[in-house]
Amino acid sequence: MVTMTMAKALNAGLRKAMEHDDKVLVMGEDVGTLGGVFRITDGLQKDFGEDRVIDTPLAESGIVGTAVGLAMRGYRPVVEIQFDGFVYPAYDQIVCQVAKLHFRSQGRIRVPMVIRIPFGGGIGAVEHHSESPEAQFVHTPGLKVVACSNPADAHAMIQQAIAADDPVVFLEPKRLYHSTKADVDEDAAPAPLWQSRVVRPGNDVTLVGYGPTVSTCLDAATVAQEEGRSVEVIDLRTLSPLDLVPVVESVRRTGRLVVVHEAHVTLGIGAEVAARVTEECFHSLEAPVLRVGGYDTPYPPARIEEAWLPDLDRVLDAVDRTFGF
Amino acid sequence: MTDPVFGPAPAQAGDPELVQLLTPEGERVHHPVFDLDFSADQLRDFYRDMVLVRRLDVEATALQRHGELGLWAQLLGQEAAQIGAGRALAPQDFVFPTYREHGVAWCRGVDPVRLLAMFRGVDQGSWDPAEHNFNLYTIVIGAQTLHATGYAMGVQRDGAVGTGDPTRDTAVVAHFGDGASSQGDVNEAFIFAASYNAPVVFFCQNNQWAISEPFERQSRIPLYRRSQGFGFPGVRVDGNDVLASYAVTKAALQHAREGQGPILIEAYTYRMGAHTTTDDPTRYRLSDDVEHWKLKDPIARLEAYLRRNGLADDGFVAEVAGEADRLGERMRRECHALPDPDPHRLWDLVHAEKTSELAAQQAEFDAHVAQFEEVH
Repeated sequence: MVTMTMAKALNAGLRKAMEHDDKVLVMGEDVGTLGGVFRITDGLQKDFGEDRVIDTPLAESGIVGTAVGLAMRGYRPVVEIQFDGFVYPAYDQIVCQVAKLHFRSQGRIRVPMVIRIPFGGGIGAVEHHSESPEAQFVHTPGLKVVACSNPADAHAMIQQAIAADDPVVFLEPKRLYHSTKADVDEDAAPAPLWQSRVVRPGNDVTLVGYGPTVSTCLDAATVAQEEGRSVEVIDLRTLSPLDLVPVVESVRRTGRLVVVHEAHVTLGIGAEVAARVTEECFHSLEAPVLRVGGYDTPYPPARIEEAWLPDLDRVLDAVDRTFGF
Repeated sequence: MTDPVFGPAPAQAGDPELVQLLTPEGERVHHPVFDLDFSADQLRDFYRDMVLVRRLDVEATALQRHGELGLWAQLLGQEAAQIGAGRALAPQDFVFPTYREHGVAWCRGVDPVRLLAMFRGVDQGSWDPAEHNFNLYTIVIGAQTLHATGYAMGVQRDGAVGTGDPTRDTAVVAHFGDGASSQGDVNEAFIFAASYNAPVVFFCQNNQWAISEPFERQSRIPLYRRSQGFGFPGVRVDGNDVLASYAVTKAALQHAREGQGPILIEAYTYRMGAHTTTDDPTRYRLSDDVEHWKLKDPIARLEAYLRRNGLADDGFVAEVAGEADRLGERMRRECHALPDPDPHRLWDLVHAEKTSELAAQQAEFDAHVAQFEEVH
């Protein structure tokens, strides 16, 4: 058991994957000598060489497009997009090529690529550095999308995503990279990648989050407990496929559900969760499914981002509202 | 025109410097760098390839007119560029085509009926890229040039460049057109290829038209000169001359295989047909222009050369024509017989590892369809 930050856990996970399979490559802007702007790939180029840890020209479409060719040649590229808001130049390659090649080739072409994206806000950054584009990728058939919320998951999930034979968009909550340390058992058998997980059991209301909002949900559960409400918290972990088995099971007991994400609420993951839970749990629901998320404005200037992001108060307020019906 | 401060403007887009080995009149000329000796068999094979590929194209166009294909992208006029580029390949080389490389597909052993299947709407590409070293057609303009560059980076990592072993050293070809040269992906591919010295040959068929937009809308300088700004060599070849297209591609592939990096080839040609069968070129170009290019026909010039030098006679020409008739007949027959795909399978193809979500949706579809089967 080792105590480490999420950044260190991802680094250790990448290192293990590269040791395990010499076809695994890391590529992106500044991932080599610098070790990435967040230091997630720190030291990898030194140990695995420039052929396997590739500093690329500054062109996102070029990074993802060349990774497609490398995958066709038998490699397993792990691509780093430096910030969420910079993924859009690569959007065409991701949506039209990466996502479709297996389908259009009738399975003859596999694209075992991981596209790592530091996502979410709360770091006081300038424009385009705090976004949550996950719904755009979940809406794209052919991609799988996961988000880690803690160091232990980050360590295991990055290795599982790299081992998967399908393209995976791997979302890393950048505000948690260096914020807290947690125990990581590097030898433990990991939970399956495509499953969500109950991270705190409860009976009165269900809170669902992923990535950066899991800790917000857990904080809300602690406060609500003091007010006599028992809150169950579920970390989705996988957004595509979306595993709602634990959520449905939970809502059938609690009758109340609040979904929390930083992404804009309109047509966000919360909308999909609400639709599916309504179908599956219609007779158990005591209140409509509520969503707490980013407002439908562009991400605001950093000085007021805390007012925009879903925080403890907004989550608790939603919890209160579910009891008002 | 020379600017008093910034100096001379670069050569204009129409700059005619071309590598040519066979004139439009069928006269063999020599080039100081790109010259080869061609055997009589090789020359006859080029002729045969071009005639058969033109027939393939005419037949597919007719099938579209008969409602058997949803669409067809014609290669008419570009036979020499494609056969030259296709026949110059070594077996281990890998090709990334656009959606118009029917001649290169032919050289790579892809059955023309497989091309029909895609344009009929039966599938989205059904040959095995790994079997033919020829990727599926890419429709998004220029996207494949990055795939080719990445593949070439993989070739480098496999140590399959510059070993001196002619059966091992591998080059990659990225096909694209004059329209694609404006795309960001193509320019990014140039940058990545140059930065890593990747063994990729960028083969641009400048057929003068991007649907209705003339080449002058895409570039103020000859395309082959673009490579200089990216730091690698470029060459313009007469794309209606199969011998020159072959010789230049062969040299560029060898250059790449030796580890000397990328090359840009601009094959200067002309799209004699429409962009696709939905297009109407009479709306945007003059028939005089087309008539002018008819005089540069790639097949006619080779036939003239073969006949004048006693390398082919009426019998040979008739034999190839007969072969073309048989190809056309087979394409019609097999196109009609292509089965529709099975809609139940769609969900099986999305991922290597099917998700339970997709399995559930598939079951829902099956149950929905079964309902109607029971009624009938």
